[in-house]
Amino acid sequence: MMPNLLEQYAKIVGEEVIDQLRQLARHLHGMKVVHVNSTKSGGGVAEILHRLIPLKQELGIDATWEVIEGDDEFYQCTKLFHNCLQGNRLDINESLLRHFEHTNKINGEKLMESLREADIVFIHDPQPAPLIVNCPDRKGRWIWRCHIDLSHPYRPVWKYLKDFVKEYDASIWSLSEFAQMLPHPLYLIPPSIDPLSKKNIDIPEKDLEKAYSTWGLDPQRPIITQVSRFDRFKDPVGVIHSYRLVKEFNSIQLVLAGGGATDDPEGEEVLRQVRASAGDDPDIHVLLLPPDDHLNINIIQRISDIILQKSTREGFGLTVTEGMWKGRPVIGGDTGGIRLQVINHHTGFLVNTPEGAALRIRYLLKHRDRLAEMGQKARQFVLENFLITRHLREYLTLMVAVMYETVDRIEPE
Amino acid sequence: MKMREPFAVKDCALIAIATGEQAQTLRELRDRLETTSTSCIYYHFWGGLLRARFDDPEYQNDFAVWAYRSLHDKALAERLALINPTDYHYLEDLRRELIDSIEERLDESEYVPWAKSSQRFHFVRSQIVVFDTDTRIEKPYELPGLLQHMSPGTIFYHFIDARRRPPFGRDDFTEWIAGFSQNYHALTDALESIDPYFTNLIELREELSLVMSKNMLMKG
Repeated sequence: MMPNLLEQYAKIVGEEVIDQLRQLARHLHGMKVVHVNSTKSGGGVAEILHRLIPLKQELGIDATWEVIEGDDEFYQCTKLFHNCLQGNRLDINESLLRHFEHTNKINGEKLMESLREADIVFIHDPQPAPLIVNCPDRKGRWIWRCHIDLSHPYRPVWKYLKDFVKEYDASIWSLSEFAQMLPHPLYLIPPSIDPLSKKNIDIPEKDLEKAYSTWGLDPQRPIITQVSRFDRFKDPVGVIHSYRLVKEFNSIQLVLAGGGATDDPEGEEVLRQVRASAGDDPDIHVLLLPPDDHLNINIIQRISDIILQKSTREGFGLTVTEGMWKGRPVIGGDTGGIRLQVINHHTGFLVNTPEGAALRIRYLLKHRDRLAEMGQKARQFVLENFLITRHLREYLTLMVAVMYETVDRIEPE
Repeated sequence: MKMREPFAVKDCALIAIATGEQAQTLRELRDRLETTSTSCIYYHFWGGLLRARFDDPEYQNDFAVWAYRSLHDKALAERLALINPTDYHYLEDLRRELIDSIEERLDESEYVPWAKSSQRFHFVRSQIVVFDTDTRIEKPYELPGLLQHMSPGTIFYHFIDARRRPPFGRDDFTEWIAGFSQNYHALTDALESIDPYFTNLIELREELSLVMSKNMLMKG
């Protein structure tokens, strides 16, 4: 465990915020809390748990993290769940479902002792959801944490998973739009970013200067960036359209940075379209980066003048939060969690078309003072609302709340 | 809080809970408002102060924001935004006022205002966890200095949430100071005249601090 982790965060968010966490956690001292997910590395859930667990431990909570194991068939099934819960209409055959349940049964037996004794168990996402039915003599409260955009799930698949999820004492959702009706309290906790992670730490100026030549960018001309997977809903082709509309007036450079698309046939198709649309324009930089290349993503965001997230559909949009944390205004699609972060005319602009994005880019490049001011407001907004310390405070509040059932006001002794 | 006892500084944290109720049209909003819990009404008027929200919103309550952004009904948004929850000691009265404003708008409209499916109103309630900070204040003159170090949650609990607790409609600071002597009349009057609604908790803390410092100086 990193020593003085809380002190490191205090330097960023202030002592007052950390004091509040300590006071809340007093009521949870010694409590045994277990988090369970399906991977130790890669993906947002593992990233957040890597930090939340030591923070909880430093606050005196006996927090541990367990990871379930499965084979290719298991992950094939859970990948299908993931796609279906986000709206794809795919059927999953019975044998895959039985294998999914069997894998959870084996994991349940392995983790039985730790789960049975825990005061609170957090189960993350659908992969380990059936663990609850494999632990009938549990003594604590079990909470299902959904990190997925479940606003338009493929109903047959959700119906199947709901049979497990309804057994929990409560569930946690990132936005109210994602929450599905269940016979228990549906807590709302938006996600967060970690200011001490590679993706968000401050970068020395000399490393930023080096980055221009690494990526073939001109430091003298404005850089507009969208960081996202090559996914139709992120509208990268629309971003190129916006760039071309601006290019008639400003000599800008466009960076489209995203992860590879090897396991996603549709992603490959979108990437092909993006490359075709970019043509041989030397000022369009399509950067294929490994998903764990956090430092380079951080650098690219920091050397950009404006961040775009022109999605037509979006879950929460943590790339928006990251861009704002770097003090850059964000021009984002008027959808999902982007609306919660981009406050029109204050931390950026909400747009509905490539034309709208182009208009706002031109406005900000013309009014550099407004660009700087909005960037500062964006960073402050993230500081106050979307850092991991706020996420932790809400977890602690929820932990106290679930111990006191459903009363509105709780005053623990 | 009993008079003259030291002031126990408390803090609070809020956690939001989706009720699963939704509205897509103004009529649906009215219907849901008839039956939803008062804690929902409370959350949509006051919860913004303690949750992720921009400090300078165009409209202070969630109903007005929805009317503006999703129903695109500016007249309704303006009327709903003007409903000041501090004017109502009981949440049931606030509910009635809200419903009356909506019904008035429905009567005026040739069609029922509606939102896109992706922009429905989602009803949310909250649980508040209150905890002791272990700070105790013996005399009113200590308050201005300590106020500056109080968290937004503390300001919310003592100056806003207090109005929901007996004696209804009064904040904890005023209630405690009033127990000392008649000398503090001017201060308690000044505190009671602060409108906590059209502001954020940091600005409210500054305003409280200013009012207290000014009145203590005048006295001393």
